[in-house]
Amino acid sequence: MAAEAHGEEAGGLVFHPMDQFIVKPFFGDGAVSWYTITNATVWMALAVLAVFALLVLGTSKRSVIPTRLQSVAELAYGFIYKMVEDICGKEGVKYFPYIMTLFMFIVFANFLGLLPMAFTPTSHIAVTAIMAFAVFFAVTILGFVKNGASFLGLFWVSSAPLALRPILALIEVISYFVRPVSHSIRLAGNMMAGHAVIKVFAGFAAIAAIAPLSVVAITAMYGLEILVSFIQAYVFTILTCVYLKDALHPHH
Amino acid sequence: MATEPIDMEVAGMCVNEFGGAIGMPQLCGEWFGNQIFWLVVALVAIYFILSRIALPRIGSVLAERQGTITNDIAAAEDLKVKATEAEAAYDKALIDARAEAHRIVAAAKADIQADLNKAIAQADAEIAEKAAESEKAISEIRASAMQNVEEVAKDTAQAIVAALGGSADAKTVSAAVEARMKG
Amino acid sequence: MEGDIVQMGAYIGAGLACMGMGGAAVGVGNVAGNYLAGALRNPSAAAGQTATLFIGIAFAEALGIFSFLVALLLMFAV
Repeated sequence: MAAEAHGEEAGGLVFHPMDQFIVKPFFGDGAVSWYTITNATVWMALAVLAVFALLVLGTSKRSVIPTRLQSVAELAYGFIYKMVEDICGKEGVKYFPYIMTLFMFIVFANFLGLLPMAFTPTSHIAVTAIMAFAVFFAVTILGFVKNGASFLGLFWVSSAPLALRPILALIEVISYFVRPVSHSIRLAGNMMAGHAVIKVFAGFAAIAAIAPLSVVAITAMYGLEILVSFIQAYVFTILTCVYLKDALHPHH
Repeated sequence: MATEPIDMEVAGMCVNEFGGAIGMPQLCGEWFGNQIFWLVVALVAIYFILSRIALPRIGSVLAERQGTITNDIAAAEDLKVKATEAEAAYDKALIDARAEAHRIVAAAKADIQADLNKAIAQADAEIAEKAAESEKAISEIRASAMQNVEEVAKDTAQAIVAALGGSADAKTVSAAVEARMKG
Repeated sequence: MEGDIVQMGAYIGAGLACMGMGGAAVGVGNVAGNYLAGALRNPSAAAGQTATLFIGIAFAEALGIFSFLVALLLMFAV
């Protein structure tokens, strides 16, 4: 609704907080079909390159006394490895590469998206929903393969009074199916919200009197966004671990 | 953002003619396929990079470091034991040396004492000898002095008697002086 | 005229939806505050519960993000 007015209002305050999320072809103009190289593609590719640079080039010396880059890579490895091991137990370690993949992609997409003029792939529901649903289906299938029908015991809270159990089971089932939704919207919503707010503050900078305040506010929001970028990657990963634990040990 | 008008047909439904977003770009269905496709490509690429190269390498580096640390700790433990042994040996040597020193000091003290005793004894003997000699000399001197006194007394007595006008023979005077000196 | 009313309703709704974010703020503050209170009483057990803390914060703030999303949908998508 408000968007129809875009471009026409030449003077005064102009807010286009959503324009930064537009997907467009990176080379020239044209329609966006599924194989087009778009800005989203470019920033995902940069994330992949960053992961490659950190985890492969950074550790290429394999030194026992690590360089700076190598210690960052080892820190990331140890961080996720410990998380998987703590939450999922020893059987979960088998799935460590998948979880590490998700974490590295999200964290680098988030951080690269914070660069000015950048595009943030993780601010799009389509991207996060694919990751969240992939986790959801993988975990559900894994749960049934590993535990058979007893995986359904996840929904049957045996410690509750018998009369309450069907109601609790209903709630558990609903919450189970809401998981991928909240899992994806949390990440996309956080990234989108932060970037949109920064853009709104940037729009205020058009008024000279409040421009300094606007710069301060953008700086503060940017600091918060750096924190949020990491925390959301962490939360996405840790929730993946928690869901995986439910699949591996449904009776806890 | 782009401000020049772009072709509506090409840009699609989600962007207006000025390149601004219509509604939320996140909900534009036209872009889903593209994003999903490239997301899957990116995730698969990262997965292969991680599982084939990065994670085994980092894991091996960490394991190697752990091994090195364990070895170093063992070596340090070894060295510590050796150090403890060396310290014990050193302590023992120190105690031995101290005992030896004590022994030597005691022997030296005994030697010195013996020498000293000998010297003292010799000195005592010499002193005693000298004292005896002096004693003898003194007694001789005393004896000769007595005799002289007697003679002087006899002479004096004779002279006194003569001066008083008496005459006395030498025998009588000397007998009287001797009797007087004895008494 | 009709469109204006719809737009007005959408904007009012967006503003109302933003109230939900206050609830999320209370929730996140509650989680973090209780964590801190517990951590100060038993600091040795605190380190093991940071993961739970972040999960709790994530769940609480997800609901705030939902209300923000509703606001955005009303502003831009309805």
